[in-house]
Amino acid sequence: MEKARPLWANPLQFVFACISYSVGLGNVWRFPYLCQMYGGGSFLVPYVIMLIVEGMPLLYLELAVGQRMRQGSIGAWRTISPYLGGVGLASVVVSFFLSMYYNIINAWAFWYLFHSFQDPLPWSVCPLNGNRTGYDEECEKASSTQYFWYRKTLNIAPAIQDGGGVQWGQALCLVLAWLVVYLCTLRGTESTGKVVYFTALLPYCVLIIYLVRGLTLHGATNGLAYMFTPKLDQLANPKAWINAATQIFFSLGLGFGSLIAFASYNQPSTNCQKHAIIVSLINSATSIFASVVTFSIYGFKATFNYESCLNKVILLLTNSFDLEDGFLTASNLEQVKGYLASAFPGKYSEVLPQMKNCSLESELATAVQGTGLSFIVYTEAIKNMAASQLWSVLYFFMLLMLGIGSMLGNTAAILTPLTDSKVISSHLPKEAISGEAGGSSRVQYFVGCPREFESDLKAMTGRTLNWYWKVMWAGVSPLLIISLFVFYLSDYILTGTLQYQAWDASQGQLVTKDYPLYTLAIIGLLVASSTMCIPLVALGTFIARRLQGRGAPPVA
Amino acid sequence: MLCLLFFLVTAIHAELCHPDAENAFKVRLSIRSALGDKAYAWDTNEEYLFKAMVAFSMRKVPNRETTEISHVLVCNVTQRVSFWFVVTDPSKNHTLPAVEVQSAIRMSRNRINSAFFLNDQTLEFLKIPSTLAPPTDPSVPIWIIIFGVIFCIVIVAVMLLILSGIRQRRRMSKGPTEVDDTEEKCENTITIENGIPCDPLDTKGGRINDAFLTEDERLTPL
Repeated sequence: MEKARPLWANPLQFVFACISYSVGLGNVWRFPYLCQMYGGGSFLVPYVIMLIVEGMPLLYLELAVGQRMRQGSIGAWRTISPYLGGVGLASVVVSFFLSMYYNIINAWAFWYLFHSFQDPLPWSVCPLNGNRTGYDEECEKASSTQYFWYRKTLNIAPAIQDGGGVQWGQALCLVLAWLVVYLCTLRGTESTGKVVYFTALLPYCVLIIYLVRGLTLHGATNGLAYMFTPKLDQLANPKAWINAATQIFFSLGLGFGSLIAFASYNQPSTNCQKHAIIVSLINSATSIFASVVTFSIYGFKATFNYESCLNKVILLLTNSFDLEDGFLTASNLEQVKGYLASAFPGKYSEVLPQMKNCSLESELATAVQGTGLSFIVYTEAIKNMAASQLWSVLYFFMLLMLGIGSMLGNTAAILTPLTDSKVISSHLPKEAISGEAGGSSRVQYFVGCPREFESDLKAMTGRTLNWYWKVMWAGVSPLLIISLFVFYLSDYILTGTLQYQAWDASQGQLVTKDYPLYTLAIIGLLVASSTMCIPLVALGTFIARRLQGRGAPPVA
Repeated sequence: MLCLLFFLVTAIHAELCHPDAENAFKVRLSIRSALGDKAYAWDTNEEYLFKAMVAFSMRKVPNRETTEISHVLVCNVTQRVSFWFVVTDPSKNHTLPAVEVQSAIRMSRNRINSAFFLNDQTLEFLKIPSTLAPPTDPSVPIWIIIFGVIFCIVIVAVMLLILSGIRQRRRMSKGPTEVDDTEEKCENTITIENGIPCDPLDTKGGRINDAFLTEDERLTPL
C-alpha cells in the first residue's frame, strides 16, 4: 500500500496552475516582439495554425501522460519504457537550469517594484556628475532608463570575462525571490493550489487596467495601427513560421516536465482534453491581449519621443536664428526650415548637422524584446505617465505574478519526481525536499504512442479519442518538433561562433561581442548534461537488465 | 554740447557692449514657453528690472557694493528674446572681469529667476552653468525599507508553515488511529501494480455488510 498522492482541491486549481505556468513573461515580452518583426497582424496566421497543429496536441498529450501515470516526469517516462527514463531525467535537469536563471528575473522584478515607491522614480532622472553642473556622462549618452538598468541594477561589466563584485541589492532580492517560491511550494499542492488563484488571475486584472490606461494615452493609436497593419509578404518568410512554432512550444512550456507534474496530481477521471484546449486558447489569447497593451504603450512612447525630438529641433532653430519664442511649431516647421535655408544658407548649413531627423516610423520600428522591453522601454513610457509610481508598482507586481507562476511550474517539474522517488521521500519530509530545489536546456523529444495509451485515455476520460488527436500525435506534431530541432541545430552550426550583447559604458549603447572559449565550453556542458541523460540512462538500464538476467535463472 | 556728450556715451556703450565683447554674456529668455497665456511682453521696463537684478547680484560681491544700475549695459535685444550685457566699473571705462560677474550671477540665480517667473531653463545665461539641485537623498533608501517589510513577512509565513507541519506530524505520530481529514486532502489508498495504479476503491462511500458484523464483538470461542 502506498501513501495517498496529494490531489488538487478542485479541477479549477489545476487549470489555474497550468495557466499560471504557461502565461508567463514570454507572453508579455516575446510575443509582441515577434508580432512586430514578422508582419504585425499577419503573424497571427502562422501563430494560430501552429497552435492548432502543434500546441494543443502536445499539451493534451503531456497532460494525459501525467494524469495517467500519476507520477512526475522521470517515473512517467520510465513507465512508458524503462529505457526512456533518461528523457524524464533530462527534463528535470532542464527545469533545474531554467529555475536557476528564471528566478533572477523575479529578483529584478522585486528590485524595480521596491524602487517604484520613490518619488520621482529613480530611472526618470539622471544622477548629477561630480561638480553638479551637469548629468552623469554615461547617463547623458544613453538614457536615464538604460542607465538605471545597466548601471544601477545590473552594474554590468564591459564583457563577460570581466568579473564584478557581488551586487548586494540584487543578491538580497534573489534570496527573497527564492524564499517566496519556497513558501509557495512548501506544502506541495496544498500551498501551490491556493497561490495559483492569485498568480493566474492578478496579471489579468493589471492587464485590463493597463489596457484602459494604455488606450487612452496620447499616441496609443499610432502603435496599434503599426502593429495590426498586416504585412502579408512576411507570410512567405520561413522564419515567421519557425518562430511561431517555437513560440507556441515555449509559451506553453511543453517538454519541461511541469505539465506532467501538475497533471499527475489530478483525479484520474479529469477531462484533460477540455483542459488542454482551454489552457492553450487562454495562453494564446493572453499573448494577443498583452500585445495590444504593449503596442498602445509603444505608440505612446514613440509619439512622446517624436514630439520631444521635434521640440529639440524647434528650440535649436529658434536659438540659432533668434526667432520669436513660440513662433515655430510642429505644423509650420517644414515651411520655416525651407525659408531659413534659402534666406540664411550659411548659418543654416552650420546648424544642419545638429538637427536630428525626427521620424515617428523609426521610433515605432525600434523593436525590443525581453528584459529590454520590460525594464527599459516600459519604464520609459511609465515615467512619462501621470501618477507614474502607481503604474510602475502595478506593472512590476504583474511581472512578479507572471514570473512566480511560471517558477511554480518549474519547481514542480523538479520536486514531483524527487518526492515520487521512494529513496528520497522516505528519508526527508516534504519541506526539506522543497528546500533543495535547483535550476535547464531544451529537450526535443519524439513520443511514440502505444495503443494501450489510447485505451487508457478512454478509460480515464470516458470518451473515445477524437481522430484529430490521433492524426496529430502520430504524424504532424512529431514531424514539426523534429524539423524545428534540425533547423536550430543547423542554424547554430552555420552561424559559427555565438555572440552576445554587451553594454559599452563609454558609448552608451549595446555592442556585439563573441563568446570567449571557456564560455562556449560551459554552454556545451549545459547542453550535454541534459541530452546525455537520455542515452546514458538507456545504456544503464540495458546493462542493469543484462546483469539481472545473468544473475537469476531464466524464468518462463 | 549735450548732443556731443550723448553721442560719446552711446559710442562708449557700443564699444563696451556688443555681441562677443570681452566680459559680455548673452542672455536668452523663453517667456512664452514658460508662461503660455500669462506671458508678458519684453519691453524697456523689463530691461530695467533685469539691469537692477544684475546690479543687485554684483552688490553682494565684496568690493562691488557700489555697483549702480547705470553700470549694467544691455545691447542687441532680439525678438527671441535675447540680448547681451556687460557690467562696467564705476569709471565706466572698463568692464568687470567675466569671472566675477559669473560667480555673482550664480549666487543670486534663484532671485533673478523668480523676479521674472522663470527658471534655469527658460532664463538662460549662456556660458554661466547653473548649479543643479541635488536629488533628495534620504538617509535610508526607501527600497530597503520595503524590502525589509516584505522579507520579514515571508520569513514569518515560512516559519509558520514549517512549524505547523512539524506539529501536525507529531500529532499524527502520537495518534495513528486518528485520521485528520481537514489536513490531508485525499485518504484513498491506492494499490500500485507494475508501477501503474489501479482504480481506487471509494472507501468512504462503502456500505457496511451486516452479515459480517455482530452486535458485540466477542472473540469467537475455540
